[in-house]
Amino acid sequence: MARELMKGNEAVAEAAVRAGLAAYFGYPITPQTESLEYLSRRMPELGRAFVQAESEVAAINMVYGAACTGQRVMTSSSGPGISLMQEGLSFIAGTELPMVLIDVQRGGPGLGNIAPSQADYNQIVKGGGHGDYHPIVLAPASVQESVDLTVLAFDLAEKYRSIVAVLSDGSIGQMMEPCELPPMQPLKTSFPDWAVSGAKGRERRFLTSINLNPAMQEEMNLRLMYRWQEVEANEVRYKEYYMDDAKFAVVGFGSTGRVALSAVRAARAEGIPVGLIRPITVSPFPSKVLEELSKQVEGMLVLEMNAGQMLEDVLIATHGQVPVEFYGRMGGVCVLPEEALREIKRLVKGPLTTTGHPRDRWLNRIAKKN
Amino acid sequence: MTINELDSMVYTRPDSLTDVSTHYCPGCTHGTAHRLIAEVIDEMGLKDRTIGVASVGCSVFAYNYFDTDFVQAPHGRAPAMATGVKRVYPDRMVFTYQGDGDLASIGMAEIVHAAARGENITVFFLNNTNYGMTGGQMAPTTLPGQVTTSSPNGRDVETQGYPIRTAEMLAKLDGASYVVRRSLHDPKNIRLAKKAIRTAIEVQMRGLGFSLVELLSICPTNWGKTPAEALQWLEEKMVAYYPIGDYKVHPAVAEIK
Ligand SMILES: Cc1ncc(C[n+]2csc(CCOP(=O)(O)OP(=O)(O)O)c2C)c(N)n1
Ligand code: SF4
Repeated sequence: MARELMKGNEAVAEAAVRAGLAAYFGYPITPQTESLEYLSRRMPELGRAFVQAESEVAAINMVYGAACTGQRVMTSSSGPGISLMQEGLSFIAGTELPMVLIDVQRGGPGLGNIAPSQADYNQIVKGGGHGDYHPIVLAPASVQESVDLTVLAFDLAEKYRSIVAVLSDGSIGQMMEPCELPPMQPLKTSFPDWAVSGAKGRERRFLTSINLNPAMQEEMNLRLMYRWQEVEANEVRYKEYYMDDAKFAVVGFGSTGRVALSAVRAARAEGIPVGLIRPITVSPFPSKVLEELSKQVEGMLVLEMNAGQMLEDVLIATHGQVPVEFYGRMGGVCVLPEEALREIKRLVKGPLTTTGHPRDRWLNRIAKKN
Repeated sequence: MTINELDSMVYTRPDSLTDVSTHYCPGCTHGTAHRLIAEVIDEMGLKDRTIGVASVGCSVFAYNYFDTDFVQAPHGRAPAMATGVKRVYPDRMVFTYQGDGDLASIGMAEIVHAAARGENITVFFLNNTNYGMTGGQMAPTTLPGQVTTSSPNGRDVETQGYPIRTAEMLAKLDGASYVVRRSLHDPKNIRLAKKAIRTAIEVQMRGLGFSLVELLSICPTNWGKTPAEALQWLEEKMVAYYPIGDYKVHPAVAEIK
C-alpha cells in the first residue's frame, strides 16, 4: 500500500477508523485535537458514532457506555483531560471492558503547556484511577508506529478485556511523517457474551463495577491479576538496537527512545560500544529483558522527558545488578540528541556506582551547574 | 375462584421486573417508580430492546430488579453512558434512572448537555430532596429550612444556596423535547406519573429526542418519618416548591398525547 504523508494525530485517527472504530467520544485539548477534528468529519461520513462531549468526564463515560456493547471504542486526550478521565477509567477496568485511550502527553503539572512530555508515565502505566488494575500501555516513537500500535491496541483490548493506552506525546502527535495505513476492517457484527444489546432471545445481562461483598470483589481483583500475569507472559514488546556487542545500554521509550537512537548511532560512529533498548509496551514492562541485560552490560542510562518515572521500573528490573544513570528534561522540554550523546559519554567515562539514586545524582549535577 | 387467585390476576408482577424482593426501605417510592417503568416497558413490548443505565444512589442496584439489559454508571454520569450506548444502538430503548444528588449535583453537566444535544434517551429523575444512600445529606433539591444530616439547622439559603428546580431549568433547552414533573404521593398522581413515563418512552421510540420525567419521591428513612407521614410531607411541602406540570412538550410530542 502507498505511503502517505500524515500528521501523527490524524494518522492515529484514521488507523482507528480502519481498525473498525465504531464510536469515538472526545474533547478538544492541544496537542491532541487533530484526532477529534479528523474524526468529526470521518466518522459521520461512514455512518459511525462521533460525539464531541461536554468534558473529558463525559467523554470517558460515553466510551464506557459504548464499550458495554462490545463495539470498538476510543477516546483521545492529554494532560488535564486524562486526569479528568481517571474515575471513568477505573470503572471501565472494574467492569472489564475493552477500550482504547490515546494519550498525547503535554508538559505539566497543572495546565503546564502544550509541548511534548512523558510525565504522565506513572499516571497511565500505574493506573491513575483508584483500585488495583493495569492498563496495557503502548509507546510509539514515530507516526508509523502510532498507526501500527493503535491497530494493535484494539486487538489487545478485546483479547484481554482491557484498557489499552497508546502513550504518545506532543511531538509524535504533531509531526508529519510518511506512513502506511492498515487495510480497512469492517465494523464488528458479532459480540462477546457479556455485551449488552437488549435481551432478545436470551437472558438479560448487566454490566457493573460494584460488588458490596468484599470476598467477591476480591475474586474479581484476583481475576484481573491472573489476567495481567497472562499479559505479562505474552505481550511484552520492545526494540533493541546495537545490543549484540554493547557494553553500555540506553533505555528510553517513545520519542525519547527515538532521540536516544540518534545519539547511540553517533556514539557508535565514535567507536563507543553502546546499544539501545526501547520498550514498546511500557506496561507490561520488559523487566526480564532488562534483568538479563543487567548481567551483560557495565552500565545503563535511562533517558526520559520527566523526572525519572520509567527509571523506577528499570531500577526494580535490574535490582542493583548494574550501575544506572539518569538524564531527563521536564515541563515540555525535549531531550536533544547532543545531550543524549553527552550523557552516554558521561556514563562510559564513569565513575559507575550502584549505590545512591540516579535521580539524586542527576539533580545534583544540575544544581552544581547553576 | 378464590380471592387470592382473583388478586393475582389483576395485579401481577410486570414481566420486566425480576422476581426478587428489593433492598429499598419499606414505603420507599423507588419501588413504585420501578414498577411503573416496568409496566410501561411491558405494555410497549420493549423488554428485549431495552438497555437501562443505573446511577449511583439507592437505585444503584436497579439492574437487579429490571429484567432487561442494564449497565451501571459512575455517580452523575448516567446520561453520558446512555449517550454511548444509544449512539451504538440507536434503535434500542435506553433510559437512565437517577436520584437528585446524582443528576442535579455531581451530574449536572452531563444531564444539561444530554438534553442540549437532544440525545434520544429517556431520563427518570427521582427527587427525594436528599442523598438517600449516603445517609440523608443535603442535596441540591433540599428545601429551604429542611433539616438533613449536613444541614442540621435547616438549609440556610444564605450559606447553602437555593434548591434547583431541575425540570424547569432543563425545559429551557432547545434540545429537550419532553420534560415534565409528576409525583408519587397518591394513586391519582401515580397514574399520571405512569402516563408521563409512557409518553417519555414514546418520545424516544419515535426518535423525537430527549425526554425526562422528574418524579417527586419520598425517603422516609432519612426524613425520619413513617411512609404515610412522608407522603403527606411530599404533598404539602415538596409539591409547593416543585409544582407538578409539563415544562416542555415539543409540538411533535403533543401529537402523541
Ligand atoms: C464520585 C462519587 N462521589 C460520591 C459518592 C458517594 N455517593 C454514593 S450515593 C450518593 C448520593 C446519592 O443520592 P441521590 O442521587 O439523591 O440518590 P438516592 O440515594 O437519594 O436515591 C453519594 C454522594 C460516589 N459513589 N461517587
Ligand atoms: S434510604 Fe431513602 S431513598 Fe434510599 S431506599 Fe431508603 S427510603 Fe428509599
